[in-house]
Amino acid sequence: MSTTLVRGARLLGDRQGDLLIRDGLIVEVGPGLSEVGAEVIDATGLVALPGLVDLHTHLREPGREDAETVASGTAAAALGGFTAVHAMANTDPVADTAGVVEQVWRLGQAAGHCQVRPVGAVTVGLAGERLAELGAMASSAAGVRVFSDDGHCVSDAVLMRRALEYVKAFGGVIAQHAQEPRLTEGAQMNEGELSGVLGLRGWPAVAEEAIIARDVLLAAHVGSRLHICHVSTAGSVEIIRWAKSKGWDVTAEVSPHHLLLTDELAASYDPVFKVNPPLRGKADVAALREALADGTIDAVATDHAPHPVEDKDCEWDAAAFGMLGLQTALSVVQEAMVETGLLDWAGVADRMSTRPARIGALAGQGEGLVPGAAANLVLVDPSVRARVDPDTMASLSRNTPYAGMVLPGRVVTTLLHGRATVRDGVLQ
Amino acid sequence: MNRHLLSIDDLSRDEATHVLDTAAELAHLLDDTDRAVRKLPTLRGRTVVNLFFEDSTRTRISFEAAAKRLSADVINFSAKGSSVSKGESLKDTALTLEAMGADAVVVRHPASGAPHRLAYSGWTRSSVVNAGDGTHEHPTQALLDAFTMRRHLGPPDRPGALDGRRVAIVGDILHSRVARSNVLLLDKLGAAVTLVAPPTLLPVGVGSWPCQTSYDLDAVLPACDVVMMLRVQRERMNAAYFPSAREYSRRYGLDAPRLGMLAEHALVMHPGPMNRGLEISAVAADSPRSTIVEQVANGVSVRMAVLYLLLGGAQ
Repeated sequence: MSTTLVRGARLLGDRQGDLLIRDGLIVEVGPGLSEVGAEVIDATGLVALPGLVDLHTHLREPGREDAETVASGTAAAALGGFTAVHAMANTDPVADTAGVVEQVWRLGQAAGHCQVRPVGAVTVGLAGERLAELGAMASSAAGVRVFSDDGHCVSDAVLMRRALEYVKAFGGVIAQHAQEPRLTEGAQMNEGELSGVLGLRGWPAVAEEAIIARDVLLAAHVGSRLHICHVSTAGSVEIIRWAKSKGWDVTAEVSPHHLLLTDELAASYDPVFKVNPPLRGKADVAALREALADGTIDAVATDHAPHPVEDKDCEWDAAAFGMLGLQTALSVVQEAMVETGLLDWAGVADRMSTRPARIGALAGQGEGLVPGAAANLVLVDPSVRARVDPDTMASLSRNTPYAGMVLPGRVVTTLLHGRATVRDGVLQ
Repeated sequence: MNRHLLSIDDLSRDEATHVLDTAAELAHLLDDTDRAVRKLPTLRGRTVVNLFFEDSTRTRISFEAAAKRLSADVINFSAKGSSVSKGESLKDTALTLEAMGADAVVVRHPASGAPHRLAYSGWTRSSVVNAGDGTHEHPTQALLDAFTMRRHLGPPDRPGALDGRRVAIVGDILHSRVARSNVLLLDKLGAAVTLVAPPTLLPVGVGSWPCQTSYDLDAVLPACDVVMMLRVQRERMNAAYFPSAREYSRRYGLDAPRLGMLAEHALVMHPGPMNRGLEISAVAADSPRSTIVEQVANGVSVRMAVLYLLLGGAQ
């Protein structure tokens, strides 16, 4: 029997207390706990949160092991305070069969840094033509519940309707990458004043909003659950708020970079700021923060998207879309939401652990800091501010848009089912 | 002057005027009929690389002539296929040129911002001159256009010659780097610009540009001092920017009746290459008020001035 006593943490940033952990479960929570023979973790001054759950991670394996592997990506996840990640399906081969999702799931287990829950592709080869064997992936050892063609929109309305209906049989959810393909052919950055000046092909907000509007109506019509990936515009927020007000089962996520960065960064023509969906304007950032604060947006999801140097060290048009996110997500959320007073730490726990675990139907995650919950937790020192240094990151890639920025918060310890995956900021 | 010329925004009004004045002086020097050798020794021993990722014979030979008349060594580098088509990357090309010791790199690239990347990514120490990048800017074209306007409108080569002048730029503004650079430069020089195009060919956000816009060419023409017609690619109609070449031509082409609406002193300009019969009729292109051929000649003088000020000024 292994026993751990986390002593003196501010639980969810609030009252000080201790956590007694035995055999991977939290068994007691309260002040002044003691246990003979327990390993003691002194958490004085640290905020204890339930282990973070990412709904949107690109681990790149199989296929692009030069950009990231399951092992390196999950190491970054653990260092970022995550105890579970959803590995997106756009690998090579695509995760559209039970075989591929089981492979990714096994690689995650072997690495042991955090739980890896594969996301299954909605359509064969992400081609948007016919449904992948969703049931087979759901029944596989990987236990897939979230399905997404992320990187591609399921733009065919009939196919989207069928997918929404079909996954009800096993409690699945379709996570839509909302991007009307014809409106975004060759698109490079947010369409607005700046795209016209820079001569970069515009990516209109309506391309995202039109798909979200269609899909919330479809989900309502067939009585299905719908999840919207990486919401990036104020208009999208309004549509989701309206859908929720109708009582429809719609959830949404926002990426950390859309909470902090704006399209003005594209003026540098540095493709480290090139991402899908693109960075938007200040008003969008404000609307996204507000929506995350009031719960219209349910979750923060990193959209961690590693790319090798050569795919970013080039002209903007030629560069790949995407940014690293796992190791900076909590700091960015602290900067954008906590320091601004929009969200307290309990709110952060809700949006980065409880709700994403619920959306992903992921048992053993996001259960909070209560007796009987799985001992997945993270201890954060919110008082430090540090400069982001890409070279110290665990990811195999270096494409962080925050390089050189000073951000608050440091993940000190991450516990996965009671076992430290990170201790004193060092991967175990 | 800035070490690079990537955008008209790199120039103040005084600097832009200085480029135009310098171009006028250089043109005058070389026009001197007593001169046996039509060449100046200013950039002897300096190397100018013309790095063209996109076909453009006229811009390349214009820069080549400019550099050679200043006695610079010229290397033409036609990089067919950028990293987009999995050829050599922009970075590797830049490192190659750096190793060869280029003093200035004149770059034409299909991707907006590519010259900006060359200038600021630390791949090369050369001065970078933007010779047209994607749908972003083409600053030397705008300078030669302004130079041409100055020669014809008001007392030549007088600072402020373009103050209050009215210029219409007509056509595919959305995809035009020439239009972007011209709007910025003509505004700096005090001219009032009106962009004329069907709404599909005006960029989102054009309302914040320092110019007016109109959908109605006939309403704009009578008050113009200059009308600049832009090339319209016939393929644009396939993307539904306009229904047909004929309809475009009827609504936005400079035909004989519209030519007749212009004031007597008004100029007809075109950056080339022209689509005769689409955006401009033969009668307009070949009329005495057309400066289209003169623009080509002025291009050499203006590019000499730019290279001279970027490279010669450092010595």
